[in-house]
Amino acid sequence: MFDLIVCGAGPAGITAAVYAARQNLKTLVISENIGGQAALSGDIENYTGFQFITGPNLAKHFEDHLRHFDVELNENQSVSSIEKKSDLFRVNTGEGSIKSRTVVVATGGKPRRLGIPGEAEFKNKGLTYCAICDGPIFSGKEVAVVGGGNSALDATLQLTGIASKVHLITLNREITGDSIMIGKVGNSDNVEIHSNTKTLEVFGETFVSGIKVEESGSEKNLDVQGVFIEIGWVPNPPKVKFESGEILLDKGGAIKINEHCETSIPGLYAAGDVSSVPERQIIVAAGQGCIASLGVFKYLSTKKFN
Amino acid sequence: MADKKVMVYSTPTCPWCKKTKEYLNSKGIEYENLDVGGNQEAAQEMIKKSGQMGVPVLDIEGKIIIGFDQKAIDEALA
Repeated sequence: MFDLIVCGAGPAGITAAVYAARQNLKTLVISENIGGQAALSGDIENYTGFQFITGPNLAKHFEDHLRHFDVELNENQSVSSIEKKSDLFRVNTGEGSIKSRTVVVATGGKPRRLGIPGEAEFKNKGLTYCAICDGPIFSGKEVAVVGGGNSALDATLQLTGIASKVHLITLNREITGDSIMIGKVGNSDNVEIHSNTKTLEVFGETFVSGIKVEESGSEKNLDVQGVFIEIGWVPNPPKVKFESGEILLDKGGAIKINEHCETSIPGLYAAGDVSSVPERQIIVAAGQGCIASLGVFKYLSTKKFN
Repeated sequence: MADKKVMVYSTPTCPWCKKTKEYLNSKGIEYENLDVGGNQEAAQEMIKKSGQMGVPVLDIEGKIIIGFDQKAIDEALA
């Protein structure tokens, strides 16, 4: 029996586990990976304490911090569902069911799909959702990044030094995001920004050879060998079963929380991008992990468990 | 089991490539690492073998494994 099971090991989950370990709570972390979306970020320049750090490097610091404590870690495991009966939770994974008094859900998000023809067919055949993973394979090639916010800017900046040319394609009239990143993209001589542009289709034979777009009202094809979809993330919550109802989600599918990171189920907390938090930032996720964990500690202290 | 020839096609930045190599290291498995970012020949070889462009790809004595799949790696090494 654990005092706390943390689902997910991104910034939110790891911070929750660190705080729990410091309160001597018997804690288990279950996660498919370590670092979550942070590990897939390129350059990070807004995490206080690090003027500059790469995503994988920050994730490594998080992991080292976690491993410093006596916390159990089930890596490469994903949580399929969580059940609550009377006062106890059961967290189910493909390998069994584990009991705990409280749970922090910090399972983050997954890449949002465009939903256009060719997207599924060419996944990993030139189309990818992870610039930091697959970017280097497009060395010297012409590529397209689809999206108009910070994720798209991040992917574009990663690719400017790798690809021969980067087409940045956005539906909006202009790119929105961090001014510093927008400035860097503007200063890159191998980026062409296509604003007011809708991506209609990804095509090719075995691998991607181009995309069809509608730019300011007229259709055209761009010859690219790589397509990076960077249109944000959607929440990735596990199924939660509860005797007196279901866990409340918001319209976007995120777990509804209050300012204490409490969900609609007592003893179950959510933190980071899986929650209804308004800002999806590494530092916010870490801060929420802290709030959730301190909430868990208070919940356990006021509730009498045998 | 240590005698099987293991090739890892990877990029220097991809977190799952790192995980894969860490896993092989933890099992004391020797492998040849091919950087498909810096080495176009290796990239073409990986695409030909796996029919796709995602990393990592493992070639364990001809058995192709796409992504970090601990179970598949164990089976291929057994």
